[in-house]
Amino acid sequence: MTNTDIERYSYDVVVIGAGGAGLRAAVEAREAGFRVAIICKSLFGKAHTVMAEGGIAAAMGNVNSSDNWQVHFRDTMRGGKFINNWRMAELHAKESPERVWELEMWGALFDRTKEGKISQRNFGGHEYPRLAHVGDRTGLELIRTMQQHIVALQQKDAKEYGDAEINLKVFAEVTITDVLIENGAATGVYGYRRETGSEILFEAPAVILATGGIGKSFKVTSNSWEGTGDGHALALRAGGKLIDMEFVQFHPTGMIWPPSVRGILVTESVRGDGGILTNSEGKRFMFDYIPEIFKDKYADTAEEADRWYKDQANNRRPPELLPRDEVARAINSEVKAGRGSPHGGVYLDVSSRLPAEEIKRRLPSMWHQFKELADVDITEVPMEVGPTCHYVMGGVQVDPDTAAAVGVPGLFAAGEVAGGMHGSNRLGGNSLSDLLVFGRRAGFGAVAYLKDGSTKPKLSDAIVAKAHARLNAPFARTGGENPYTIHQELQQTTNDLVGIIRIKSELEAALVKLQEFRTRIKNVTVTGGREYNPGFHLAFDLENMLIVSECIARSGLAREESRGGHTREDFPKMDPKWRQINLVCAADGEGTSSTAKPATMMSKELAGLFDPDELAKYFTDEELASVKGGSN
Amino acid sequence: MGRQVKLRIWRGNKENGDFQNVNVEANEGEVVLDVIHRVQATQMPDLAVRWNCKAGKCGSCSMEINGKPRLACMTRMNTFEEDETITVTPLRAFPVIRDLVTDVSFNYKKALEIPAYSPPANLGPGEARMEQIDVERSQEFRKCIECFLCQDTCHVIRDHEENKKSFAGPRFFIRIAELDMHPLDTLRNRKRTAQEEHGLGMCNITKCCTEVCPEHIRITDNAIIPMKERVVDQKYDPIRWLGSKISKREGIS
Ligand SMILES: Cc1cc2nc3c(=O)[nH]c(=O)nc-3n(C[C@H](O)[C@H](O)[C@H](O)COP(=O)(O)OP(=O)(O)OC[C@H]3O[C@@H](n4cnc5c(N)ncnc54)[C@H](O)[C@@H]3O)c2cc1C
Ligand code: SF4
Ligand code: SF4
Ligand code: FES
Repeated sequence: MTNTDIERYSYDVVVIGAGGAGLRAAVEAREAGFRVAIICKSLFGKAHTVMAEGGIAAAMGNVNSSDNWQVHFRDTMRGGKFINNWRMAELHAKESPERVWELEMWGALFDRTKEGKISQRNFGGHEYPRLAHVGDRTGLELIRTMQQHIVALQQKDAKEYGDAEINLKVFAEVTITDVLIENGAATGVYGYRRETGSEILFEAPAVILATGGIGKSFKVTSNSWEGTGDGHALALRAGGKLIDMEFVQFHPTGMIWPPSVRGILVTESVRGDGGILTNSEGKRFMFDYIPEIFKDKYADTAEEADRWYKDQANNRRPPELLPRDEVARAINSEVKAGRGSPHGGVYLDVSSRLPAEEIKRRLPSMWHQFKELADVDITEVPMEVGPTCHYVMGGVQVDPDTAAAVGVPGLFAAGEVAGGMHGSNRLGGNSLSDLLVFGRRAGFGAVAYLKDGSTKPKLSDAIVAKAHARLNAPFARTGGENPYTIHQELQQTTNDLVGIIRIKSELEAALVKLQEFRTRIKNVTVTGGREYNPGFHLAFDLENMLIVSECIARSGLAREESRGGHTREDFPKMDPKWRQINLVCAADGEGTSSTAKPATMMSKELAGLFDPDELAKYFTDEELASVKGGSN
Repeated sequence: MGRQVKLRIWRGNKENGDFQNVNVEANEGEVVLDVIHRVQATQMPDLAVRWNCKAGKCGSCSMEINGKPRLACMTRMNTFEEDETITVTPLRAFPVIRDLVTDVSFNYKKALEIPAYSPPANLGPGEARMEQIDVERSQEFRKCIECFLCQDTCHVIRDHEENKKSFAGPRFFIRIAELDMHPLDTLRNRKRTAQEEHGLGMCNITKCCTEVCPEHIRITDNAIIPMKERVVDQKYDPIRWLGSKISKREGIS
């Protein structure tokens, strides 16, 4: 194949990903007058964002007027155990309400309060009812609204230029395998059409990664096949860095039975709306797992916990609503102690807590999901649930204000693929808002880069030839392994050795195994043609999952403490010294490296939003002195 | 606990294709999509099938199972007889790309033809006030996961390629109804253009679309029929039509 056979396009901005982050970024760049391509692996409107259930966090104060950005900021930092990039957390808390209202202006129909405002619900780690929602299908509403807004922009172009796709076009079912780099800066992207297997090249001075998560690196996950960490791997191979990769969120409540649905999410709203967790002895066990740092915020008796649903001002919240990492670990411990349910989970019950009609109204898709997939009527019996790999806090290291990837001019990252915002643990609902806040910022980051007057490198044939050769390698090989087998083994390894509870010896064993997979992946052969061939697709996804798993294992081995989504059996305590450190992964020859870098320190102004006693739980004495000095 | 099941899978591309029979294991609780994935992993690594969420939320895995439009991820294996041969074919109303994957671009083109939501000009961020009861009617239609099963089953286009040009299909009738019932939408004439430009008149209310909708959206009863009735009214009574636009809250019921 010569360069002239390759389908070739030229755009100002190329956005990889059509989830909430990618679509919001595209809108921003298009509305600033630039030509934008949106590329995604699935059909338009099917990105993973569509699966989000519970809601989108924004301190609008519609249900409790005491809520404001400062409270949201505090909750986010607490949830992330203070290792979050504080500037991102600040921007997120300040800008989320505007982003939600903007969705409403574009046609979203959120559930309403009695006054007719957007209703907000309780969620783990959020001090006030804060999640705007549409039943339990908020992600669908978000993505459909964005999709329809893109269509509206295209209709405008159709009117004005006679061609709907002239300035904004969606390339669906295209997988990007390389970000093309010249002189260290982004110049475009390269990939293939899934339908035909044919190659496709986009030249563009600005590339925005919005590729979502990595769940498919693990065996039990709530993520779809798309979550293979492509953007993480693309960024690394382009010279970018990944930060905080050891922090992986295991959602406490995934379905566990029957086996074919293992991992599918049971939304946290079940607990937000009154659901309780019990073990095989019928005990509501979460009261035994309230950590010291949260004791003043969570009820220690069932009576107080139950009163909270009616009167939040005078009662502490139920421990079922602790941050996800706490609940996931508690479930894990109950099962290990032999108090699990028959299929190795615990019970989550709303049937005894709410009338059947109320359950169906508030949690329609959960009712549907259990009824149709497990023959369980959640209005009559408890669900069986257990932890599932859900979200990666780690991701591309970016500039908080512009979402520019550190170290690669012209490359931007937003949404789940970006790291820093959520620290060691993300609060529910904070992702959907993150997508919109930083999707928009990536859009204008790219626009500012295009306008900054600097000369942008031109794409060379040599770089294109390299990307082309890489894409064709699996077809050229013979006699190697089929990618499915390696994928299964990789997932088993991460699950067993880099999972929810980690220990030095297992992490080391994982790295040895991953090295073996690397050798085997090099020899993967693909049978069949190029047309819509899932074996071929997996061959590339597999490489990405390997890179991501390696980063998780390496950073997990380096971090000798337990914090949020990283739990070390051999270092069970959180250590303030480690709060000062971010682990940063980079490409290193064929493999990856993980290096300790000093974490940025919160400004005095933001530190002043916290009670000093609370900060003392996370900060060293010197740090405390430095944020206190002068300000009070 | 696994049992052997017989599958008859259509394989091919736009030029030609045929059925292939396979025997494959099915385990407790599995759905058709699981079994197809097992075929893919063990016998046909290049079998093409679309899917994403595996939980009935994304509308990707649409296909025909024993001739019925279904989501493969929501069709339980235990709904078939022990020795039944299960036939899986691509959606009939759309051109095949490969195996079980069809070209559904028709739907995206139709989406472009429906005039977008048109909010009031002077409404600032956060100023919108709507009652729950008023948003619920549109919310029913916004549950749509765009699986296009209703489009596939609708006889107006299922075997009538020639009708595709002038017929938007049930998925887009509910989109129009949703906007028409949106408490804040300002665009007039949505019902009339549904009739005149998007082919509502070609629908003869067979309700097949409602029957296949995995989201149980009452496409015909709550969107199509009310729109048709009002279109008829409007044609005879222009005053009433104006009135209905002014007091949008009363919707079209
Ligand atoms: C079941 C579930 C429920 C959730 N519920 C909530 C919730 O209630 N609230 C909340 O805040 N968060 C929730 N989350 C988390 C949240 O949904 C995700 O973090 C978020 O949607 C990610 O959005 P994104 O825009 O970053 O990427 P995604 O929506 O994951 O989209 C990624 C896009 O990138 C494309 N892509 C990826 N790789 C490539 C490639 N190589 N080439 C081309 N395109 C590519 C994909 O095709 C896709 O279009 C939930 C997650 C799950 C799994
Ligand atoms: S009711 Fe109308 S739209 Fe629905 S399937 Fe029948 S003809 Fe088609
Ligand atoms: S209306 Fe129902 S059947 Fe039609 S596309 Fe939407 S969800 Fe599918
Ligand atoms: S895979 Fe999403 S609906 Fe079936």
